[in-house]
Amino acid sequence: MTDQSAYNFAYLDEQTKRMIRRAILKGVAIPGYQVPFASREMPMPYGWGTGGVQVTAACLVPEDRLKVIDQGADDTTNAVSIRRFFQRTAGVAVTEVTAEATVIQTRHRIPETPLTEGQILVYQVPIPEPLRFLEPRETETRKMHELEDYGLMHVKLYEDISRHGQIATAYDYPVKVEGRYVMDPSPIPKFDNPKLGGNAAIQLFGAGREQRIYALPPYSEAISLDFDDYPFAASKADHACDLCAAPDSYLDEVITDDQGSRMFVCSDTDFCASRRKAGHVGPMGTPMVGG
Amino acid sequence: MDTSIWAKMKTQPLLSVRDLSKFYGGRIGCAEVNFDLFPGEVLGIVGESGSGKSTLLSCLAGHLAPDRGEVIFATSEGPRDTVLMAEAARRRLARTDWAYVHQNPRDGLRMGVSAGGNVGERLMAVGARHYGQIREAAVDWLGRVEIAADRVDDRPSAFSGGMQQRLQIARNLVTGPRLVFMDEPTGGLDVSVQARLLDLLRGLVREMGLSAIIVTHDLAVVRLLADRLMVMKGGYVVEQGLTDQVLDDPQHEYTQLLVSSVLQV
Amino acid sequence: MAVSPGECLGLVGASGSGKSTLMRMIWGNYLAASGSIMVGDVDVAKAAPREIIALRRGTLGYVSQFLRVVPRVPTVDVVAEPLLTLGVPVAEARGRAMALLAQLNIPERLWSLSPTTFSGGEQQRVNIARGFVHPYPALLLDEPTASLDAVNREVVLSLIEGAKARGAAIIGIFHDEQARARMCDRLVDVTQFTPKAVQ
Repeated sequence: MTDQSAYNFAYLDEQTKRMIRRAILKGVAIPGYQVPFASREMPMPYGWGTGGVQVTAACLVPEDRLKVIDQGADDTTNAVSIRRFFQRTAGVAVTEVTAEATVIQTRHRIPETPLTEGQILVYQVPIPEPLRFLEPRETETRKMHELEDYGLMHVKLYEDISRHGQIATAYDYPVKVEGRYVMDPSPIPKFDNPKLGGNAAIQLFGAGREQRIYALPPYSEAISLDFDDYPFAASKADHACDLCAAPDSYLDEVITDDQGSRMFVCSDTDFCASRRKAGHVGPMGTPMVGG
Repeated sequence: MDTSIWAKMKTQPLLSVRDLSKFYGGRIGCAEVNFDLFPGEVLGIVGESGSGKSTLLSCLAGHLAPDRGEVIFATSEGPRDTVLMAEAARRRLARTDWAYVHQNPRDGLRMGVSAGGNVGERLMAVGARHYGQIREAAVDWLGRVEIAADRVDDRPSAFSGGMQQRLQIARNLVTGPRLVFMDEPTGGLDVSVQARLLDLLRGLVREMGLSAIIVTHDLAVVRLLADRLMVMKGGYVVEQGLTDQVLDDPQHEYTQLLVSSVLQV
Repeated sequence: MAVSPGECLGLVGASGSGKSTLMRMIWGNYLAASGSIMVGDVDVAKAAPREIIALRRGTLGYVSQFLRVVPRVPTVDVVAEPLLTLGVPVAEARGRAMALLAQLNIPERLWSLSPTTFSGGEQQRVNIARGFVHPYPALLLDEPTASLDAVNREVVLSLIEGAKARGAAIIGIFHDEQARARMCDRLVDVTQFTPKAVQ
C-alpha cells in the first residue's frame, strides 16, 4: 500500500532530490569532505535520522530493496518506522536480509555480513564534525580541514592516553580518508571501523540537523587515527554470541533478570538469525526451526 | 659547510620589512615602517597606547593584512613576502618557524587540554605520532620553563598567571621556531614573577639563537631583553637603534619624553 | 686618539668635562655626532646595532661606575653571563666566575644572592668581576677602584695589570692619582676636546 497519490516518490520533491544528489556526487568525488546541503524539514524531529532519510530518499528508485537497521536491529522502533515511511512514500520492497538489500539505512552500526558492489549503505550522523568537541568554532574547523591542520585530533587521543592509559574513544572513532580528510564515521563502535576502508559498497553519510553530506566511494582508504606506540585496536566484548555462537561479531549485552544475569547477543539481528538458520547454536540458544 | 656561504647566511636578514603601512579609514594604524631583523637579534617596539605598535606586530605576524608594504621572511625555500603568501603557507609558517606569545596566556593556550597536550600540540601538528616521545618532549620543555614535571597532566586553569605564561612560551618554542613575536609578554604579571620570566626569556633566546620582536610599553623590559629598539608615536617610527643608546642618549624629543617619564624606584 | 694592545690610556679632566661621555661613546651607548670610533675594524660611530652587540660580546668590555643587573639573578650568574653569551658551557663559566669572585674577596655565601642588595663596594667588585671574566682585547674602565678599600684596590689593579700583560688595550678613568700613575702609560686630557664657547 502506498500513498503515492499524496506524496512524490520517496516523499521529497524532485528539485530537492536533485540538490541532494549533487551534494552526494560532490561527496563521492571528494571522499571524507563534508558537503553542505539544504536539509529539508522532514516529518520527524531532528535527531531521529532526518539526514539519513534524505540521502536514502534521494537515492531510491522503484526497483530498490530497502533494509533499515538501528543499532544493528531491524525490529526496533526507529528502524520499523523509517522502513514503513519508505514503504508508504516510495512503495519499494523491503527486506531484513543484508545480502538481498540494495540500499541499507543504518543508525550506529555496519552490518556484519560483508557488503557487495552495487549496494549503498546510508549512515545517520548526529555531529559530522570530528573536531567539534575540541574546537567549537565552525570557522576554525573549516580552516583546519581546508589546510589539513589536524594536530588537534591527535591532541584528543593524547589526552585520552594521559588520562586513561589508553585511547578511550569507543565509538565515533575518527578516520583519515584517502590520506587527506579526517572524517567522523558516525557513532559506530570502533569495532566497525575496519569495515569502513576497502568496502565494496558506496557509503553515504547524512546529517540532517547539521546539514552535511559526506561519502566514501567503494574501496576507499579509511585509516583510524592512532599513535605509533598506541595502535588502533578494534575491540569488542570478550565473548561469543549466546544465541548463535559467533565469535567475531559485535555483541549487545542484555540483562535478563533482576539478579543481574546477562547474556551477550549479536547486535546485528539478521546476521544472528541467518547463522542460527544455518544450524549454529550458542550456549543459550535454541535450534531454529524453518526459516 | 662552505664558510663563505655560512658567512653570507649570517649577514642575510631573517626578516625584511619595507614601507609597511596599515590604515583604518583615514586613521593611521602604522605607517612607512622599515627595518631588517637579523638572526639572533631581539627587537623591541615601544610606544604608548595608540602608538601603532600592536597594529605593527599584528601585520608582521600575519594576523592583519597591511594596506601597503612587504614583510619578507627568509624561509627554507628562500626569501618570501609573507603578505602575499597563501593562507595555508602562512599558517604552516606560524606552526613551525614562527611563534606568537600573547599578552594574556589564555589566548595562547588551550585551557581544556593538559599542559603536556598543549606543549605537544605543535609537535603533533607537524606529524609527531609517538605518544611516548611526544610526552618526553613535553616534560623536557616544561622543565626548561621551570614547571615541575608532575604537572604535565594538569590543565592550565589550575596554573598561576606566571605559570600559564611560561607554559605558553614552552608551547610556542617546542618546534624550535626562528622568530618569536611577543605582545607584552610580562603584562599582567606581578613584578617578581616578571623578573623571573624575563630572565627565562633571555636564557632561551640566547640558548636557541632566537630572533624576537617584542612589543611593550615597559622600558625596563626592553632594556633587559632587546638588542635594538624602535620607538613609535602616532603610527610612525620616530627613532630606532641600539637599545641602551636609544634609552640613554635619546635623540628624538618624544623618546626623551618617554624615557624621562619612567618612575624611578 | 689611539690605544695600542698592552697599553693603558688614562682620561683626565675636571668633573663634568666629558670623560665618562667619551667612554660611553666608545662603548656605543652615546651617539657620536660625527667622526669615527674604530675598535678593531668596526666603526662604532656608524655600525649597525648587531655589529656593536657582536663587538661587545667578545671584543670590547666595559666596567661602568654603576652595576646594572637583571633583578633576582644570583651573583655568580651575573658574573658568568659574558661567558654564557659566548657559548662557554655553564659549569666552566660558573667556575671561572667563582674564581674571580673569590679573588675579589666576595664571600661565598653571597654568590647565590642577587647583588642588588650588596654594599656599594661589593657591587663594584661584582661589576669588575663581570668585566674581567672574559679576556677582552679592549677594555673601558670607569673609576674601577672607587668605593674600594686598600686590599681590594690592590686586587683590582693587579687584574688590570694582568689584562695589560696579555695585550689588552685599556682606556681608564681613575680618580685616584696613585692608581692612575701606576696603571696608565699615557694620559689624555679631555678638556682639550671641549668646544670653547664663542665669545
